[in-house]
Amino acid sequence: MPRSPERGWLRPIVTFAVFAAFLFVIWEGLKFVGGDPWRTETWIWEPPLEIWLASDLLLPHVWDIVGALAAPVQRGSDESLAQFLAGAAFYTWREAAIGFLLGATIGIGLAALFVHSKLMERALVPYVIASQTIPIIALAPMIVFAFGPNVLSVVIIATYLTFFPVTIAMISGLRSPDPRALELMRSYAASRWSVFWKVRMPASLPYLFTALKISATASIVGAIVGEGPGGIPNGLGRAIINFNSQYISGPEKLWATIVACAILGIAFFTLIRIAELAALRGRGLRTEAA
Amino acid sequence: MTESSQPTPVVRVSGVDKQFTVGHGITTALDGIDLEIGRGEFVSLIGPSGCGKSTLLRLIGDLTAPTAGSVEVNGKPAHAARLGREYGMVFQAPVLFEWRSVSDNVKLPLELLGMDRSERDAHAREMLALVELSDFASHHPYQLSGGMQQRVAIARALAIQPSILLMDEPFGALDEMTRERMNTEVLRIWQQTGTTIVFVTHSIPEAVFLSTRVAVMSARPGRITHVVDVALPQPRNEATREDPRYFRHVTEVREALRSDGALGAEPALVSEERMAAEGGIG
Repeated sequence: MPRSPERGWLRPIVTFAVFAAFLFVIWEGLKFVGGDPWRTETWIWEPPLEIWLASDLLLPHVWDIVGALAAPVQRGSDESLAQFLAGAAFYTWREAAIGFLLGATIGIGLAALFVHSKLMERALVPYVIASQTIPIIALAPMIVFAFGPNVLSVVIIATYLTFFPVTIAMISGLRSPDPRALELMRSYAASRWSVFWKVRMPASLPYLFTALKISATASIVGAIVGEGPGGIPNGLGRAIINFNSQYISGPEKLWATIVACAILGIAFFTLIRIAELAALRGRGLRTEAA
Repeated sequence: MTESSQPTPVVRVSGVDKQFTVGHGITTALDGIDLEIGRGEFVSLIGPSGCGKSTLLRLIGDLTAPTAGSVEVNGKPAHAARLGREYGMVFQAPVLFEWRSVSDNVKLPLELLGMDRSERDAHAREMLALVELSDFASHHPYQLSGGMQQRVAIARALAIQPSILLMDEPFGALDEMTRERMNTEVLRIWQQTGTTIVFVTHSIPEAVFLSTRVAVMSARPGRITHVVDVALPQPRNEATREDPRYFRHVTEVREALRSDGALGAEPALVSEERMAAEGGIG
């Protein structure tokens, strides 16, 4: 049962590194077998097969992506692509995080309302569900039209993608206490308020964190997607649009941006995971590794 | 304690009926129940499944309302007693909150009373000493055995110094050895605190060993058929279990249960515990 903390931290990292190495071998192996010719100053390798997916345009070399990250973002610029993307990612993360916090708050609030009022639940839950069937691509321009091309619109879009998983999970979570626990509280003549804060809310935390982990990544997608119509020049969304238009001349840049998005998503997820471990410590639950 | 010649009983159940609607029919769980329990008594309710013993306990605790009749606790309606926080409840499962340490679980009802921190700490320490779990105050529930968890539940129930402790088959889920130890424990606590206890059980030896009186119930409809006075000397201990009078009382209760076929076949209907669980949670 008690694992050494060192090993506990090291294991996921080692596993990740091993799998990344494995992915690298597959990636470059595919290019080695069926990609474009490999050129260095001294030798040329002509792959025996031709696999269209393995071309330099569709699947650039890993070192070319890494090289692009180290190179200036634009000719003559002092800033490297990596620095630029880090800045853009942080900018996008701030929008996403505000939307995430708002969405989580709205989600918890709605769930609390539904758990205490069957009428509200019956009346509103269908709309909550329907809201999620509208593609964000269709909704984003409308939100921008309503609130203007600014950060607020992006935050609203991130909020919109966040609140749903939290609402649904918290409806279950707030209903999860043992009926006898609620009876116990009744025998103490506890108020609804006390029951909510001392029983329902703590009992729902495992549900909440599962939803928050989904919402963390969803809020980033929302922010990135929203930055396009929102006309936000500083984030990853605009970077994707820009590098997409330059794809033919430099596919590595778009790939590097995708990597940046992925790292941002993993980082936000990990942050929530750490918060989860801290919040649920001592409960003796078998929480899944992540 | 009042000065009057006839002190108010802690519990007075008069003419109580309880009916449940099951599907389209009505099931009578309790029929014409009268019961008085005096201060400091230890009364067990025993009977077959479906006799309404848990329902009767829940009626005393105002966790469900009678269809007819009245339930008074300390001279007040049970509802007022519950709002006055005069109850301690212990269920078959410990129902501890896993996010709270052992001592924080005991402090929960004290928080609801609005007691300040230092007073809560002192009370919780005292209660954990009472159930002999002082060394486990900062443990979490999952780190304790079933018997220890149930002792925490007892400490929690006693923390607000309730005038009455309601126990619904509290040791039903424990093994025989632990159960006997817990019985001795609960008697010691009862003697130390002087709390009135109403105790629901399936077990005849447990009922006799613990109680000053045993109310024997029959099923369908649920009625109190006999009340057996257990005239065993106090304090009781392991030697009591070998006392011939103890066996006589066990036989007396067993015969009371058998006299009306109460120990016959298990009822095919929805169990009274299930109905209570479905009907009583608001």
